[in-house]
Amino acid sequence: MGTIVLKEIVDNLGLEVKTCAEKLETTKVSGGYVSDLMSDVIANSKEGDLWVTIQAHQNIVAIATLRELSGVIIANGKQPESETLEHATQENVPILLSNLTSFEVVGRLYQMGLRSS
Amino acid sequence: MHTCLSPCADIWNTPKRLIEKAREQGIHIIGISDHNAAENVAPALRYAEKYGSGEITVIPGMEITTAEEIHILGLFGDLEQVLEMQSFVYARLSGKNEPEVFGEQIIVNEDEEVLGFNEHLLSGAISASLEEVIERIHSLGGVAIAAHVDRPSFSVISQLGFIPESARFDAVELSSSITLKEARRRFPEIARYSVISSSDAHYLHWIGNATTEFLLAQPGLDEIVLALKQKDGRRILME
Ligand SMILES: [Zn+2]
Ligand SMILES: [Zn+2]
Repeated sequence: MGTIVLKEIVDNLGLEVKTCAEKLETTKVSGGYVSDLMSDVIANSKEGDLWVTIQAHQNIVAIATLRELSGVIIANGKQPESETLEHATQENVPILLSNLTSFEVVGRLYQMGLRSS
Repeated sequence: MHTCLSPCADIWNTPKRLIEKAREQGIHIIGISDHNAAENVAPALRYAEKYGSGEITVIPGMEITTAEEIHILGLFGDLEQVLEMQSFVYARLSGKNEPEVFGEQIIVNEDEEVLGFNEHLLSGAISASLEEVIERIHSLGGVAIAAHVDRPSFSVISQLGFIPESARFDAVELSSSITLKEARRRFPEIARYSVISSSDAHYLHWIGNATTEFLLAQPGLDEIVLALKQKDGRRILME
C-alpha cells in the first residue's frame, strides 16, 4: 500500500477539481482520514492524508494546512463557500468535489489501496 | 435557558417556572434561548412584568444551529427582533418534528396553558453558515455569542477546530462543567473574547449551575453589551 498520486484518485473517482489543478500530478497521498468534526481531524489525521468530509467551511483549509494534508474531498455534492476556495488557492490546498457519499468515496479510496497512515 | 419549546428540554420548563426558579436562585437577568425558535419568549416577557424591572429581566434570545452544526446564542433587545430572527431561521429550516423521537415542542402562555405545538424540526440545522447567522443577528441589533465552546459537540471549536477570524462573535459562553481558569488553559484562543458562563438549563434544577455577574447601571441587553466591551465602567465580574 504505497503512496498514490492525487491525479490517479481524481481520475478514478471522477472528482471535480476546484483548486490546485496544477499540482495533482506531484501531490502524493500517503493515507486517508474521514471526519466532519474538525477538532477530531486536528487531533487524529496524519501528514499526507487525503481528508474526506462534508464540511465546507473555510476552516477546512486552515486545518488541511496545519496538518499538512494532501487534499480535501468534499463529498455528497456539498458546495464549498467562496471564501473556502479563495483560501485554498492561497494556501495551495487541493479541494476536490464528489457527488458520492463519504461512505462511497472512502470505499473507493480503500479499493485503490489507500489506508489510514 | 431553554423552555418546554426545545425538544430536548424538560416539559416543566415553562416560562413561569423558569422565572420563579431564577428568582429563587437570586438571578436578576435571564436569557430565553430555545433551539431555532422563539415562541415562548413573549410569555416569559409577560410573566416577568409581574415583577418590578429590577427584580427579574428577561432577554429575548434564540440558540441557532448553523449549517456547520454550531450553536450560536443570539440575544436581542426586544421581542420584535427575536421574532425577525425566527423568520430568518424558519425560512432555512427543513423537516418536521417527530415528538416520539426528539421530544415535544410546546408553545405555552404565561399561565402555563398549552397553546400548541411547534411542528418545525427544531433539533435540525439551518442552511445558513456561521458567518451568515452572525451577520443576521447583528443586522437586527442583536448580540452573537459562541455557545458552550468547551463542549465536545455543537460548539464552534468542536465543529471547526478553532474560532475563525471571520466569525464576529461578541462573546463566548462556557458551560457549567468548566471553570474560567480551566477554559483559558484548554482554549487559549478565547482570550480574544469576553467570556460568560451560563447554565444552558434544560431542566429547572440546572438553573443557577452557572451564572455570570455583570456590573451594570441597570439590567438590560444594552448594558450587557457595554459590559462585554468593558465600556463606561460596565464589566463582567468573574473570579
Ligand atoms: Zn438542547
Ligand atoms: Zn447548545
